Amino acid sequence: MDVVSLSRLQFATTTIYHFFFVPLSISLALFVAIMETMYVRTGKDSYKSLAKFWGKLFLINFSVGIVTGIMQEFQFGMNWSDYSRFVGDVFGAPLAIEALLAFFLESTFLGIWIFSWDRLSKKVHLLCIWLVFVGTTLSAFWILMANSFMQHPVGYAINNGRAEMNDFFALLTNGQLLVEFPHTFFAALLTGAAFVFGVSAWKVLRKQDAELFKDTFKIAGILGLIGFFGVAISGHAQAQYLVQTQPMKMAASEALWGKSGDPAGWNLIAAIDPAEKKNDLELKIPGALSFLSYNKFSGEVKGIDELQAEYTQKYGEANYIPPVRTTFWSFRIMIAAGVISFLLFAYGLYLYWKKKLDNAPKWFSLACVYGISMPFISNTAGWIMTEIGRQPWTVFGLIQTKDSVSPSVSAGQVLFSVISFTAVYTILGIVTVYLFTKVIKEGPYDQKPDERMAEDPFNDSFSSKEDSHVIS
Amino acid sequence: MLSLNELWFILVAVLFIGFFFLEGFDFGVGMSTQFIAKNDNDRRVLINSIGPFWDANEVWLITAGGAMFAAFPHWYATMFSGFYTALVFVLLALIVRAVGFEFRNKVDSSSWRAIWDSCIFIGSLLPPLLLGVAFTAIIRGLPIGQDMEMRASLFGDIINGYTLLGGVTITVQCLVHGLMFASLRTINPLQDRARSLAKKLLVPLGVLVIAFGVWSVYETDLFSQHGVPMTIVSILAVAAYLLSGFFMYRKKDGRAFAMTGAVIVLTVAGMFIGLFPRVMISSIDNAFSLTIHNAASNPYTLKVLSIIALSLLPFVLAYSIWSYYIFRKRIHEDHHLEY
Repeated sequence: MDVVSLSRLQFATTTIYHFFFVPLSISLALFVAIMETMYVRTGKDSYKSLAKFWGKLFLINFSVGIVTGIMQEFQFGMNWSDYSRFVGDVFGAPLAIEALLAFFLESTFLGIWIFSWDRLSKKVHLLCIWLVFVGTTLSAFWILMANSFMQHPVGYAINNGRAEMNDFFALLTNGQLLVEFPHTFFAALLTGAAFVFGVSAWKVLRKQDAELFKDTFKIAGILGLIGFFGVAISGHAQAQYLVQTQPMKMAASEALWGKSGDPAGWNLIAAIDPAEKKNDLELKIPGALSFLSYNKFSGEVKGIDELQAEYTQKYGEANYIPPVRTTFWSFRIMIAAGVISFLLFAYGLYLYWKKKLDNAPKWFSLACVYGISMPFISNTAGWIMTEIGRQPWTVFGLIQTKDSVSPSVSAGQVLFSVISFTAVYTILGIVTVYLFTKVIKEGPYDQKPDERMAEDPFNDSFSSKEDSHVIS
Repeated sequence: MLSLNELWFILVAVLFIGFFFLEGFDFGVGMSTQFIAKNDNDRRVLINSIGPFWDANEVWLITAGGAMFAAFPHWYATMFSGFYTALVFVLLALIVRAVGFEFRNKVDSSSWRAIWDSCIFIGSLLPPLLLGVAFTAIIRGLPIGQDMEMRASLFGDIINGYTLLGGVTITVQCLVHGLMFASLRTINPLQDRARSLAKKLLVPLGVLVIAFGVWSVYETDLFSQHGVPMTIVSILAVAAYLLSGFFMYRKKDGRAFAMTGAVIVLTVAGMFIGLFPRVMISSIDNAFSLTIHNAASNPYTLKVLSIIALSLLPFVLAYSIWSYYIFRKRIHEDHHLEY
């Protein structure tokens, strides 16, 4: 493989992997914050145990998310130096702000939160975890601002062959960002909800602290539904934005080669033949593509062939068609997995309110457990559609992927790093899942001896009066 | 009046200096686990002493990278692609180190802990060593062409006697700095062992610092470019080094810690002062060197970044200091140990 393919492979692998952890970090931070808020408001120790229990899972997840995130920031420069030179003026700013505004906030207050259960007043301690949640969310906002520029560049001018920022406010209010950020945030919410939902269902099934986990089951179900509807609405808005700004991605995600006709039908499934540029078989929902694109059941959507001709005229002779099969199917997998999550949440809440959770059918509890994977599949498929569907561009209309790569890095070097990172990430993945399972099995009331005795940390000879002092 | 390019050069320098000062001590503590800990409890106490801090300390590096990307895209692009293989190792080291902290105490098995303990050790040793080598290679000059691309050989251009000396010097500085941090936050007998190892390392440290300084005079143009400030920084570094030894023997851990930190700060600051106004020196032709002007973003970007950074920094500094204030007390094995 050449440098471009290897660099793409590395970026795709490490980014997809990183994004297993990110949405779960955002939503588990929120979930832990909710648990601790309930503890502070009600004073019930069970909520404290729950906050610590979900907190443990959050911390394992967060640490892997952090370290795989450093890789993300570094590899723009390492593997994509020509890209970095071209967009640094615009693209670097959100990354720098993300670090300064979000990373410091989340890492500092998380450090405080972990170690200060006994040192801070309840309310200040609670504030810390909320600030961690704010930090993770802000981080998502700024990095998506950078990504939005790649989808729909705004607020720049091309000078000396580079994109230079000339309007920061335009970047901040990029229409792409305004649909992409809520979509990602609600997807994160759905991810954590499915996780808590599945774990809780399993605990209830096993009759381990069942009463406790019915609570989290309910909360997760509600958050999951909020997440699902948020994702669906913002996703719909995003599709409409896509038709305007990246019609080629939209056409590819529909495998729409020729004219769509008016109203345009939506391909539920299709047998795509990219070589012949046609579909051998299509199962259409009439008018649905028009609705997806324009909010009404009429209107034509441009096809791939027409757009290819348009782009050739505008950008010069080249192939502007992204991998159609991948774009098409990742879009459908994303939706299907999302709908499965929705059905689980809805049926689970129905059982909860009918007070049938204790006798929930076993297949359902197990479905909730395996259903944890659904949002991860959705998230991955969604990003594959977004990023593959933008090809051959890195920044749409401005710079292509083949021109973005580092000229001074050899294929051998990248091959070495691909193998190293894949190996380490695989081991990390296995260990993470193992630890998740272990912590979940132990449950909220399994405390190690040294954790029980630690309530008064300064209880021996060298302690002084101010040690009992609590900062509030 | 300070130009925005100069301001951002200073900010990037400050972020790297802050990184080496702060993460320096937690790298040092990470390394010290293999030297002064006699059992698992000792190791836990040491690791927990940096528990609340190491993650935020690492953010200094991430922010430095982000600031370079935003303010000097060419610097970021040239340096990160040029040091590709070295950075792969830095990243792998930081990854296994961070999860080592988080994972080591999650399974009650000594072989499990031994694995993560070695990850913590290697992960604390490699980054200061490799980043030290990289920065030393930058001040020595690297084959950067007219296209701003650096095509350096790993052995020769990047790793050679001089850059290895730079890397080892910074690593030992971090170790001594970490030992002083450990002696600040632990109690006897661990505290004693930290202090006495730091004392033993004083002579090697002094030899390294002076050798590095002297070799830099011959190997780089830093002193010929900036004779007066470089001489002042060197004298201050030697003074800080001598004071750190003095305070160690007087058992003034806090002051000794400040001085070992000052040695790191002055070493890294010296590199940046010597570079100025260049950011990457080309060994092919001086005209190909990257400077704060030809590597920079446009003035508008710098202005926006300045407004945002200068309004956020006070808050970041305030809550960072608060976090150190909360955890100012010594810890020992009877306490709640998270890691």
